[in-house]
Amino acid sequence: MSNRNTGLAVEADGLVRSFGATRALDGLDLRVPAGTVYGMLGPNGAGKTTAVRVLATLLRPDGGTARVFGHDVVTQADAVRARMSLTGQYASLDEDLTGAENLVLLARLLGLGRPAARDRADQLLAAFGLTEAAGRQVKKYSGGMRRRIDIAASILNTPDLLFLDEPTTGLDPRSRNQVWEIVRAVVAHGTTVLLTTQYLDEADQLAGRIAVVDHGRVIAEGTPGELKSSVGSGTVHVRLRDAGQRPRAEQVLRTALGTPVQLAADPVALTARVGEDGTDLEAGEQAARALGELARAGIVVDDFSLGQPSLDEVFLALTDHPAVATDERDDELEAAR
Amino acid sequence: MSDTATTTTGRAPSVYVPSAEALATVLAPGGRPARPGPLAASLTFGWRAMLKIKHVPEQLFDVTAFPIIMVLMFTYLFGGALADSPRAYLQFFLPGIMVTSVVMITMYTGVGLNNDIEKGVFDRIRTLPVWRPAALVGMIFGDVLRYVLAALVILAVGLVLGFRPDGGVPGVLAGIGLLVVFSFAFSWVWTFFGLVLRSEKSVMGVSMMVLFPLTFLSNVFVDPSTMPGWLQAFVKVNPITHLVASVRAAMGGSMDATNTMWLLLWSAGFVVVFGSLTMHRYNRR
Repeated sequence: MSNRNTGLAVEADGLVRSFGATRALDGLDLRVPAGTVYGMLGPNGAGKTTAVRVLATLLRPDGGTARVFGHDVVTQADAVRARMSLTGQYASLDEDLTGAENLVLLARLLGLGRPAARDRADQLLAAFGLTEAAGRQVKKYSGGMRRRIDIAASILNTPDLLFLDEPTTGLDPRSRNQVWEIVRAVVAHGTTVLLTTQYLDEADQLAGRIAVVDHGRVIAEGTPGELKSSVGSGTVHVRLRDAGQRPRAEQVLRTALGTPVQLAADPVALTARVGEDGTDLEAGEQAARALGELARAGIVVDDFSLGQPSLDEVFLALTDHPAVATDERDDELEAAR
Repeated sequence: MSDTATTTTGRAPSVYVPSAEALATVLAPGGRPARPGPLAASLTFGWRAMLKIKHVPEQLFDVTAFPIIMVLMFTYLFGGALADSPRAYLQFFLPGIMVTSVVMITMYTGVGLNNDIEKGVFDRIRTLPVWRPAALVGMIFGDVLRYVLAALVILAVGLVLGFRPDGGVPGVLAGIGLLVVFSFAFSWVWTFFGLVLRSEKSVMGVSMMVLFPLTFLSNVFVDPSTMPGWLQAFVKVNPITHLVASVRAAMGGSMDATNTMWLLLWSAGFVVVFGSLTMHRYNRR
């Protein structure tokens, strides 16, 4: 099949998977267009990792079907494995071995001869800035280096589909940016990337389309822009000089923005959504207008900021409950044995 | 043109800046090579086991110090009581203690596998498009090397203490060969438990529960004719008994055809039954 850049990389219909009493996947549907970065966004325990593990042939679904480039993940698992790679949430290399040894080992398992495997490993180490660390055991790598060697191992075979399960969780901002750059390069080359993340910001930065996952199903799907406009484009945070002015400020903001205003526990703070009053104004313009109204009303503002909606806000808007966290892989390890 | 290349490599090597060009080169599809055959893939996984020994040589403690202690302890503990002297007892006992030590070491196959699962390596291995049992077969290949090493250590200690096998070099090699064949087969029991059980500790616990009765309720330490009838019945069917009898005969310069046949049947049985259970479990999760 030549649908490397056209058609669908992943098609999942009604995937169900339980671990004991926990229903990790509860009828998950997914359509990932080939040649794009696709984000699965959700809190811990939403079912993202389970979905990736089913698609990567590591787990069998209890119900539903999934195909990767047209190959069924259960009955044609080998054909699926030949075209994809997985970088799991947990270090997926042998920590006792050096970085170079890990890559040579995997290259040999992909069918390269010894000299070719060595060349390929050297190439990848250089491209990922790990030449100096090549001879060091992976367990001695920093978090960022570990992620890089993990991803390097995943592109040894230039996969058509790359799964990245929470690739930046726990990384410092610089390492996170490095991973983002790598993801962009990988997708520019034509590889489809399916990444899971807890950060709206990350999905927004990288993904062409996003599926929001909660309780094992997709509760919203679309481009980042579509998703954000469905929850309002952001939130203004206001801090007043004088707590006594807060009731008045609340009134002014409500009129100016046309949305309910939340009073924070801090007696001088207020927050309100912007961009969902149905007008054509951009969130920034609305916020600016609100700030102007406050000044005109003689209210002294110490701090005023406009932020993107957080994952929590997306969740509140879509589900009426905040993002909750449990560790899925623990559930799986518990139940699988 | 070459300027850009030198500046990117020359500047602050500690800070990695991903370069789209460098990444594009490594991503260029070079055509996928044909996947390796079952044996090549298994040997590559065996090479991984060698590398692990290189980096964590402490793991050889199990196959060196432990067997030495076993030989010394039992030779001098039972030697005077059960035979005229430790030296006389050793002629009978050495093949048995060699079997006991090596068979006990097989449980580390399960422990090692269980360890791999706890970490993420296992997931990557299971998503590789290679012959499915290769990872496990390779792991056991690595362990076979440890079995050989342990057997040689015990043989050396035995020779120092006065063990003089009548079978000579060919007899001793044949004995070790039989032991390795059985241990390879028996390791599949532990791969199964390594996959099924929750933690390293429980793998150890189960292994001990199986291995202690299996090795002690046999002909390793004493002649079974001194035991009560019900115990003799168990000792008689115990595969360890067949193994010890075969190894003893081989090292003594003869061949015990009946016991050797039973031993090979048991070995085949372990591979077929526990090999299939293991692979079923490995694929199912």
